[in-house]
Amino acid sequence: MQFMASKQPENSLLGPESDSQRTLYPYVTGTSVVALKYKDGILMAADMGGSYGSTLRYKSVERMKPIGKHSLLGASGEISDFQEILHYLDELILYDNMWDDGNSLGPKEVHNYLTRVMYNRRNKFNPLWNSLVLGGVKNGQKYLGTVSMIGVNFEDNHVATGFGNHLARPILRQEWHENLSFEDGVRLLEKCMRVLLYRDRSAINKLQIAKITEEGSTISQPYSLKTYWEFSAFANPAQGAVGS
Amino acid sequence: MFRNQYDTDVTTWSPAGRLFQVEYAMEAVKQGSAAIGLRSKTHIVLGCVNKANSELSSHQKKIFKVDDHIGVAIAGLTADGRVLSRYMRNESINYSFTYESPLPVGRLVVQLADKAQVCTQRSWKRPYGVGLLVAGLDESGAHLYYNCPSGNYFEYQAFAIGSRSQAAKTYLERRFENFADSSRDYLVKDALMAIRETLQGETLKSSICTVAVVGVGEPFHVLDQETVQQMIDAFEIVGEQEGPAAEPDASAVLEAAAEQGAAAADQGGSTDEGVAPMDI
Repeated sequence: MQFMASKQPENSLLGPESDSQRTLYPYVTGTSVVALKYKDGILMAADMGGSYGSTLRYKSVERMKPIGKHSLLGASGEISDFQEILHYLDELILYDNMWDDGNSLGPKEVHNYLTRVMYNRRNKFNPLWNSLVLGGVKNGQKYLGTVSMIGVNFEDNHVATGFGNHLARPILRQEWHENLSFEDGVRLLEKCMRVLLYRDRSAINKLQIAKITEEGSTISQPYSLKTYWEFSAFANPAQGAVGS
Repeated sequence: MFRNQYDTDVTTWSPAGRLFQVEYAMEAVKQGSAAIGLRSKTHIVLGCVNKANSELSSHQKKIFKVDDHIGVAIAGLTADGRVLSRYMRNESINYSFTYESPLPVGRLVVQLADKAQVCTQRSWKRPYGVGLLVAGLDESGAHLYYNCPSGNYFEYQAFAIGSRSQAAKTYLERRFENFADSSRDYLVKDALMAIRETLQGETLKSSICTVAVVGVGEPFHVLDQETVQQMIDAFEIVGEQEGPAAEPDASAVLEAAAEQGAAAADQGGSTDEGVAPMDI
């Protein structure tokens, strides 16, 4: 029973089309996630927007979720794929808990598991269209890493996805240092999120900040940033532009 | 044990609620040459007696490295032991690859036990005829487990399996309370002493035993012959009497049968045919 005409010849290397639907383009997407290591653990920020192309359609999407006891996952990209990943991780954590022994999966293990998932999907030409940020603390060790839809993974003291890489990382490179206090960390993240709000058209002014420490994780209630639009450059944006 | 009408199949219960085939598999472990294990809070030492069948052959490998943090010593059908070691190595490396983290030994042991249980509940299979002493580290420290052909597993501070293991167990029972805080070297010494107990008077030398260590900051490795001989000399663990020059296999098996006490006449008879029929 096929409602969609299959354009692939059956002998293509991409496999039979009739019983599979690959992700070709994303539909409902989240924008940047920014995260950094601070004194007690990890701080992560993401806005609550779900864009449908150029429409800012959904405004209460939680793009950060706690995973097990020790980790926090933030995602940008296709929201439905993020939900799928949460489903896989639910099962992973469930089986981990069912062992009922003194061992548990920490952020490093979850990050590497996700890398395997993302890379294997990419190899089948059916990616999960997300850029993920995985942060956590276990046995005093802080961990912060990222995985992309093509399976590129690395760890760092501060990471970001999407536009955050271009707008937030430079700020973090200048101003991040070891042992940031909680207040300084939040201030730094808000600075990054404010720049993204001004410059990323898929950003909305409703964000959450999540924190994870040895004790556990918390995700703040949604709130908005104060913005200032009276900058002279904003008053007359085309002044000095070529062709104006 | 005597032969009876309920012992043909592993899937047949006896009226007393026993599975004889499983119990027979555990007998195979008792016939194998001794293996011992002991642990402190940070290290585990595995040791085994390695006697070659004849002067012309080399000895069987009975201690296997599974991963940097896990090793296993076997007693019984070494072929079964080899196959299970391969399974353990596979599981370890797959976990490492997926999670970039070492497989906690407690989980590996449960997987092994579940694998052994399957063979006790299928009419077309037979139980594995090998006992495994699994030594490994995980988040909560150093662990020593014993995996049985029945599919049970137990955690131990120290244990010995195989022929004449009771002598080693007696030695370990006297000393185990000190093991938790023992230094690595004293732990190895205790392992060598325990191995000596199973030799029943024969001189302990590094050519007839194998010792392996794993600990916090020390990946699993088998100690080389020289090091072992040095430790034997340093701790003066050499046996006092000279053992008989007769074939070690026959006498070993005979003494094992006598020591078990419950050995049936026919079973004692079948193993008495000089060299044991199965490679143990």
